[in-house]
Amino acid sequence: MIAESLYQELILEHYKHPQGRGLREPYDAEVHHVNPTCGDEVTMRVRLGDGGKVLDVSYDGQGCSISQAAASVLHELATGSTVGDSLAVVDEFTRLMQGRGQVEPDEDVLGDAVAFAGVAKYPARVKCALLAWMAFKDAVARSSA
Amino acid sequence: MTETLFDVERIRKDFPILSRELPGGRPLVYLDSGNSSQKPLQVVNAMRDHLEHHYSNVGRALHVLGSESTEAYEGARDKVAAFIGAPSRDEVVFTKNASEALNLVAYAFGNPLAEDERFRVRPGDEILISEMEHHSNIVPWQLVAQRTGATLRWFPVTDEGRLDLSGLTELVNERTKIVSIVHQSNVLGTVNPVAEVLARARQVGAVMMLDASQSVPHRPVDVAALGVDFVAFTGHKMVGPSGIGVLWGRREVLEAMPPFLGGGEMIEAVWMDHSTYAPIPHKFEAGTPPIVEAVGLGAAVDYLTSVGMDDIRRHEHELTEYGLAALAEVPGLRVLGPKTAEGRGGTLSFTLPEVHPHDVGQILDDAFGIAVRVGHHCARPLHLRFGIPASTRASMYLYNTTDEIDALVRGLHHVQKVFG
Repeated sequence: MIAESLYQELILEHYKHPQGRGLREPYDAEVHHVNPTCGDEVTMRVRLGDGGKVLDVSYDGQGCSISQAAASVLHELATGSTVGDSLAVVDEFTRLMQGRGQVEPDEDVLGDAVAFAGVAKYPARVKCALLAWMAFKDAVARSSA
Repeated sequence: MTETLFDVERIRKDFPILSRELPGGRPLVYLDSGNSSQKPLQVVNAMRDHLEHHYSNVGRALHVLGSESTEAYEGARDKVAAFIGAPSRDEVVFTKNASEALNLVAYAFGNPLAEDERFRVRPGDEILISEMEHHSNIVPWQLVAQRTGATLRWFPVTDEGRLDLSGLTELVNERTKIVSIVHQSNVLGTVNPVAEVLARARQVGAVMMLDASQSVPHRPVDVAALGVDFVAFTGHKMVGPSGIGVLWGRREVLEAMPPFLGGGEMIEAVWMDHSTYAPIPHKFEAGTPPIVEAVGLGAAVDYLTSVGMDDIRRHEHELTEYGLAALAEVPGLRVLGPKTAEGRGGTLSFTLPEVHPHDVGQILDDAFGIAVRVGHHCARPLHLRFGIPASTRASMYLYNTTDEIDALVRGLHHVQKVFG
C-alpha cells in the first residue's frame, strides 16, 4: 500500500494535534498563502527578536492533512531557532519536496520534517507540504525588510 | 440488486480500460465519470477506422477521401440530432466542448453585431444563473455582465440541494435577458425542474439555456420536448472523445445570432472589407473542425442508443439508491444534495468529518485503486454555499456496479481508520 509512505504516523499526529496553532500577538509580519488548485490556505505570523531569533511562529489555516501537519512541524522547528537556521531548514525541505523522491533527505537538518519525504513522490501533493513553509519564508522576508 | 435486464458485465467488456490493473496489482474502480467517461471499443474502433481509411479535411475537398470524411462528419451531426430529438440537423453545432458552447451563446449577448432585440443588453438588464452552476456556466455570464453593465443574478440552492424557486417570479422578470441553468448538477446530482422555470422565462420574453453536460450522457434528453432555446453538452462525458462538444439551438434563435469565431468554412463569400456568412450550423464552425472526434461522438451516440438510454437511466437510478443507502452507513458522512434517488442522478458528493477530501481521494486511490474526484469540482460557489472548501465525489455511469460501491464504502471505512 503506497499511501503508507505518505501518511506517516508523525504527519497524522501533527494533523490531529497541531502544535502552536492559532494566530498570536505581537508579530512583525503576517502573510496569507493559498493553493488555488485545492483551496488549502494558511495565514502565518512571525515574531523576530534580537540576533535574528525567531520568537514565535503562529498560524491558522485549512486544508488537507499534509498541508496542516506541515505548518505544525514548521512551528516546532522554527520557533526558538534563528532566521538563518530556520531558512536553512526551509531550503533543505524544499529541495526534498522538489526532488521527485530521488533526493536523500538530510535528517540532521530536517528533524521531524523528514517524515514528509514520501510526499515528494506525489507531485500533486508537494504544493500542500510546501504551503506553510513558503509562507514562513515570505513572512520572514517581510519582517526583516 | 436486480440487474437482470441490464447486463453490466457484458457492457464492461466493451470498455477494456475497466479491466486493467493499476501498479501494485490493484484493480481499477472508476467512479469519476462525471469528470470524464471511459470509451468503449466501438468508439475507439470507429475513430481508428476513420483515420486509417477515410481521413481528409471536410467540406472543401472534392476527392474521394474528402467526400467520405465529410459524409462521416455530417453523419455524426445527423446521429447527434436524432439522439437529442433536434427538429433539424442544422440546429446541431459542433464545438470544442460544453464550455465553448456556453461561451458561444454568451458572446451573442450585448454584441453590437446582434441586431435582434433579444440579444441587446443594457445596464440594468439581468442575466440569471444559479448557485449550483459549474464555473463554465458562471464565468461566461460574468464576462457578459462586465461587458454590458448587466446585473448577474442567481437562483439560490436549498439545504437539500434543490433549486430554490421561491423567488422565481421576482428573479425572472421583465429585465431578464437570459436564464442559463444546469440541467443536472455535477456536484449534487439534482435534476432541475426545467418546465417551471421555462414557463416563467417565456412570460417575460427571456431566452433560456441549459447546461446539459451531466444529463445528456445519463438520461433520455429530448430538446424539443424540453422547449428551451439552447442546450450545451460535451462528448467526453458520454463515452465519446474529448475535443468535441455540442451546442443545440432553435434554428430561429441561432439564425438571429452573430458569428462567434471567424475563419474558413463559416463564410459564404469574402471580400477584403466584409464577408457574408454560411447558414447554420456552419456559421458557427470556423476552421477545420474536430473531424475524427465528431466521428467518435457519432459512434458514442450509436453505442448509447444500442444499450438504451432508458435502461442506462434505470441502471444508474438503482446504483444511486444503492449508493445513497450504502454511504449512509459510513459514520458521520454527509451527502451533498438530495438524500433520495428521486429527481437526481448518480453523482454522490460527500464530506467526512475531520478528513480532508484530498486525503480521502489519495487513500482511496493508493490503497484500493478507486478513482474519485476531490476538490470543488469547478463549482466553488456551491461549496461556499454549503460552507465547505471541497468535497469527495463518486460519479457513476452505465458500466458501474454495486460491487464498486461496496469497494468505495470499504475504502471509506479504511480512510476513517487511518485518520481515527
